[in-house]
Amino acid sequence: MGLETAFGNSFFTSRIDSAINWARKYSFFQYPFVTACCGMEFMSVFASSYDIARFGAEFPRFSPRQADVLFVVGTVNEKLAPVLRRVYEQMAEPKWVVSFGVCATSGGFYDNYATVQGIDKIIPVDIYIPGCPPRPQAILDALTKLQEKVDKETVLKYKNRGENERN
Amino acid sequence: MSAIEKLKSNFPQSIIAIGNSAGQDYVLIKSEDLKKIALFLKNELGFEFLMDLTCVDYKGYPGREEKHRFEMAYQFYSFNNKERVRLKVPVEESSPSVASLASLWLSADWYEREVYDMYGIHFSGHPDLRRILMYEEFQGHPLRKDYPLKGRQPRIPERK
Repeated sequence: MGLETAFGNSFFTSRIDSAINWARKYSFFQYPFVTACCGMEFMSVFASSYDIARFGAEFPRFSPRQADVLFVVGTVNEKLAPVLRRVYEQMAEPKWVVSFGVCATSGGFYDNYATVQGIDKIIPVDIYIPGCPPRPQAILDALTKLQEKVDKETVLKYKNRGENERN
Repeated sequence: MSAIEKLKSNFPQSIIAIGNSAGQDYVLIKSEDLKKIALFLKNELGFEFLMDLTCVDYKGYPGREEKHRFEMAYQFYSFNNKERVRLKVPVEESSPSVASLASLWLSADWYEREVYDMYGIHFSGHPDLRRILMYEEFQGHPLRKDYPLKGRQPRIPERK
């Protein structure tokens, strides 16, 4: 005897966007692209104190082909840039990117010969998280902001999209 | 008799200068005698551990305009004698090359690759002298003082 039986043998209407976005935003499969010390804070979000599972995003997929959200956690240097680009391109749409910490966002204090000055020079980014490293609360805040963003999307966004429009 | 004194009595012709920096004795030796002195340190004086090997670029350093541009620095340690010694070797900008110590201490292998990568010093006799940190297509040597600080060389085109 569950809640779903309360209305009897009935039905309800909704927009397809609302239904699909509702499903998407509460079931992110994320790919953790962890390169640096930010990863420690990222791990703590998975542990019981902060528990990212409350937001439905606790399940990391270590294949980009099965992931929805790419978490770029830490410094990305020029040597690594093609790898990150390739991981992003392997992800199936719909896909979102979170830039985690100042190094991924802007290069941080690594303004030198080796470091990419923000991953948005390589791939499009949806949410930026500031901090060096960000606190776990900031990560959960970013996740809820990403959920809000996903909620406003329309499924038609991905219709008939050519290679040139994708990035 | 300390290692420095033994070096001094055995290789009087090879030693350019002896000094002390922050409590650590060092010997500045001629570049062509490096292999010979390294062998002596390892086999006769028991320095079985090459702790570190690096390079300094003195370009633009005040008061050194007339001297050699690069200087190699080798840190040795003897577990049995609990003794340290530092070898320094001058390297000219015109022919940046010194003998490789990778055949004597395996730890020298990757250290020398790093110095080659960052400073462009060539190590004659090294088994596999390739870049170790930067990517193969990278131009130049980033820790040289004349390499631009922000001289980034992207491997893929950047987004607008």
